Amino acid sequence: MEEMPRAEIERHQYRLLKALVYKLYSFSPFYHERMKARGVHPDDIRSLADVRKLPFMVKSDLRDNYPDKLFIADQDDVARYHVSSGTTGKPTVVGYTQNDLSNWTLSLARALTSCGLGRGDVIQVSYGYGLFTGGLGLHYGAERIGASVLPTSVGNTERQIELMQDLRATAIACTPSYLLHMGEVAEKMGISIKDDTELRAGILGAEPWTEQMRQRIESWLGIKAYNIYGTSELSGPMFCECTEQKGIHIWGDLALVEVLDPETGETVAPGETGELTITMLQKEAMPMIRYRVGDLSSVDYDPCPCGRTHPRLQRITGRVDDMLIIRGINVFPSQIEHALMAIPEVGEHFQIVVDRKGALDDMLIRIEVRKEAFSDKITDLMLIRRKVEGRLRNALNVAAEVELVEAGSLPRFEGKSKKVVDRRVL
Amino acid sequence: MPAECMIRQISVFSENKPGKLASIAKALQEGGVNILAFSIAEADGFGVVRAIVNKPEIAYRELTRLGYNVAFTEVIAVGMEDRPGGLYEIADLLGGASLNIEYAYAYSGKEGAVLILRVDNPADAIARIQAGGRRCLPSSVFQ
Repeated sequence: MEEMPRAEIERHQYRLLKALVYKLYSFSPFYHERMKARGVHPDDIRSLADVRKLPFMVKSDLRDNYPDKLFIADQDDVARYHVSSGTTGKPTVVGYTQNDLSNWTLSLARALTSCGLGRGDVIQVSYGYGLFTGGLGLHYGAERIGASVLPTSVGNTERQIELMQDLRATAIACTPSYLLHMGEVAEKMGISIKDDTELRAGILGAEPWTEQMRQRIESWLGIKAYNIYGTSELSGPMFCECTEQKGIHIWGDLALVEVLDPETGETVAPGETGELTITMLQKEAMPMIRYRVGDLSSVDYDPCPCGRTHPRLQRITGRVDDMLIIRGINVFPSQIEHALMAIPEVGEHFQIVVDRKGALDDMLIRIEVRKEAFSDKITDLMLIRRKVEGRLRNALNVAAEVELVEAGSLPRFEGKSKKVVDRRVL
Repeated sequence: MPAECMIRQISVFSENKPGKLASIAKALQEGGVNILAFSIAEADGFGVVRAIVNKPEIAYRELTRLGYNVAFTEVIAVGMEDRPGGLYEIADLLGGASLNIEYAYAYSGKEGAVLILRVDNPADAIARIQAGGRRCLPSSVFQ
């Protein structure tokens, strides 16, 4: 399946899509209404490209249909629920049949295998267990490939580091910001993750991060850092990079990915950046068709050097809804991270504070100066600040003020990090 | 000998916020570290606390444990005449030799008036000062 020729994958996708649309038209009152409103009937789907005729689903559809009105499986057949944290609104509930769980696990088993993990590995799962999909998702995926699972969940970082050492964990799954935090805590304990542990791979995701951050994590902690992708609406973390680290393999038998212009909803040219829209082709309990994930990225359809033929998702460059508008200019936090991480004097943690001074938006970037770059001379420190301000202005086309703060003083996050503080009252 | 006149100053990066100096001073007190001379250089929003202490290693350890960025910097300590013109004599010796002073602070204690200097080329500065008949205090006086 993983090396199936592109044309065959697409034929398979078409068959799955067609069956899915008929099923939804018959069993989902919600989607039946949507299709009727758009004037499309299952018979209109005559090729894979006809997916574009189908109506979208968005996050608010899940909220509006809270808790389980989008489910089409009987409650008897629902094997599990997960619930999103609801930090940005009302919580959303997702449900899984046994088949859904096994497809989710299969997807992650392929993903973990592709980044070189398997029997003999000890995988520490430091994503939250419970209502969040990260912990249990990776847990079952790691078990499926025959690895030994260390289900530490989040928190109690010192104990996590002891266990990582004592049980010789070879891989860890967590958010990139939590791994950075662990690295710092380990150093305070006198432990170098690079030299004093067996860790060699990180399966990192659940929040956007950049190539620059990957380089820092890899050289500091002596591991390979792999980007994993998913959201609870798709099942949870689902897709990951392989050892080539050239994009995230989106298994075509499970998901059909489109990249759309966020404004018009039209497909962008191949390789262009746009909003990811995903159709889950085999989900039973809660089908998702053309779900607008809100992440901005591009997709590469060429086969991967590893031999796998499925489309490869590139770095997420932002979210449709985390874009900041500063004095009329669009700014994505990922652009800021990208610029900051290219400057060796700047530490891994930063905070973006947006405020309004009079009529003007004001953006302040708080950074920690790295220990190695700390100079006793004020002029050197001012120089670092000016350098960072200059780089940011070039990258963002809008001025940002930079504040140097003490190392370790910015908030650390165990789950998803929150780097933006927007104090503007609009 | 220039080497024995090199004194290890500790420099601490600190945000310009109430309670910061207290936190640094408390850490030094708890480590049993005595401060012999110190100064604060301030910039916009942050500052650097510089101090000559009797136990620099312990000071470094205690402050690093609290998460502070701490660096050692080599400075020199010059004995001054405690009278009008004392500072001029030293400054003139260095200025005359085109040696730039990065920063300086002074105190008057048991050894008389002492000027702490950070210069780009401490070995040259020590040679100039000694040639000018002034004394560079050895680090054993402090540490």
